[in-house]
Amino acid sequence: MAKHKTPLLDQLETGPWPSFVSDIKREAESRAKNERNIEYQIPQDVCEDLLGVLELSFKQGRTHWKHGGIVGVFGYGGGVIGRYCDQPEQFPGVAHFHTMRVNQPGGKFYTTKFLKDLCDLWEFRGSGITNMHGSTGDIVFLGTTTPQLEEIFYELTHNLNQDLGGSGSNLRTPSDCIGQARCEYACYDTQALCYNLTQDYQDELHRPAFPYKFKFKFDGCPNCCVASIARADMSYIGTWRDDIRIDQKAVNAYVGGELAPNAGAHSGRDWGPFDIQKEVINLCPTNCMRYEDGKLDINNRECTRCMHCINVMPRALRIGNDRGLSILVGAKAPILNGAQMSTMLVPFIKVEEPYDEIKEVIEAIWDWWMEEGKNRERLGELMKRQGLQKLLEVTGLKPDARMVQEPRANPYIFWKEEEVEGGFERDINEFRKYHQR
Amino acid sequence: MEYEEAKEKIVEGLKKKKGKTKFYFNDLAKILDEKPRAAKKLITKMIEEQVLEYWSSGSTSLYGLKGYGKQAQAEEKE
Ligand code: SF4
Ligand code: SF4
Repeated sequence: MAKHKTPLLDQLETGPWPSFVSDIKREAESRAKNERNIEYQIPQDVCEDLLGVLELSFKQGRTHWKHGGIVGVFGYGGGVIGRYCDQPEQFPGVAHFHTMRVNQPGGKFYTTKFLKDLCDLWEFRGSGITNMHGSTGDIVFLGTTTPQLEEIFYELTHNLNQDLGGSGSNLRTPSDCIGQARCEYACYDTQALCYNLTQDYQDELHRPAFPYKFKFKFDGCPNCCVASIARADMSYIGTWRDDIRIDQKAVNAYVGGELAPNAGAHSGRDWGPFDIQKEVINLCPTNCMRYEDGKLDINNRECTRCMHCINVMPRALRIGNDRGLSILVGAKAPILNGAQMSTMLVPFIKVEEPYDEIKEVIEAIWDWWMEEGKNRERLGELMKRQGLQKLLEVTGLKPDARMVQEPRANPYIFWKEEEVEGGFERDINEFRKYHQR
Repeated sequence: MEYEEAKEKIVEGLKKKKGKTKFYFNDLAKILDEKPRAAKKLITKMIEEQVLEYWSSGSTSLYGLKGYGKQAQAEEKE
């Protein structure tokens, strides 16, 4: 018998999708039975009370969580988010219900042992409820009490070899795609770069001193599996600057039906024979492809590396050999002024250890944003407020046509006197000779 | 700036601000009249010495004098 009646929540379980309500109920039941004789360090009925307080919120249309807190582990300003319930008598199990963000492994590669260890730790010292993964990429532990925080932190860092992630006004847990570990599209080693920057910027990750959050995301190619272009203040997207490698024999194998397009991903239904003109050539966003007399041609200077043709015919087309990454900046979700995608800042940079060139760009941006950013202003908003020109000035980068979304997207370029040959001084009488008042 | 001088400035500066117990990093840097990076070194030390403490909403971080403010009292008790 459930501790609280939850008719509204129960309704959520009736839809076609897996339901978080069923998940929490299962965990509640397993804690009540406690078949493994765990000495639970927080209330055994935490999950029941979580369901109870959520039901009450649905009924009343108001939240019962208080906002924020001072709790954390010593020396860290991020990684723990204090949550308290404002109905602790009714729901003592969730009186404290702090969230912990744990840095996910690179590329989200787990061993089953590591997953089990994480879950065992969280059963023992927390609610047992996790969110794998939060939208930043972290492992999210949902719900524990204040005395458990340092214990969990100790266990994570000493025995599981894992750190807390970022929260608040700091560098958020950097996240990366599986990259070269498994993916032939990867133009650089996303995990190596992600790990290196995570280690280098420990202070920025754990001790908040930014105007607001700041996210790094690493995508090995423009397919953007970790959505860096949509969500990261700095997106690192793999690219190449030579030509797409073409295997003409394989192209014709796709055309002839011997190879399944998209590696067979759409084979659940009969879409008819593969039509290279319709499915590839006509969908190339820059119209830079041609298929004539059994031969595929790409005008690589026009290609924007959208990945479409490569995704459709991976056996025939491969990324180029001269690889690196593009840095784009300023993406964010829609709190102010709507969502924003990131803007091209560095079209191509080689990815070589110790990544000094990349770090120079990062640090110049931080210096600017930390000084000029208003409280709770994301980098993308500061860029809008002060302009791309200002950003180029602080990073010392030269303007480049690839930074312009379309002609006349931003015609307001202001020249400074020292940039103009001969300066601004002019003889007004000379001017009047040619121009009437 | 010397650490002790910075500490004094922060403690005094924050106590003066009536009705507010939580502050943005920028507010502290302004009191110190230092560039963000220099200010951060000093402020981090004040956190280590527990002169200051962090407060976090999850999305934003603020700083306060340790033990000050409603929340601090409520959380200490628990
Ligand atoms: S972003 Fe590109 S390289 Fe990374 S996993 Fe996705 S397809 Fe592969
Ligand atoms: S990657 Fe995209 S832009 Fe480039 S040739 Fe293929 S479809 Fe065209």
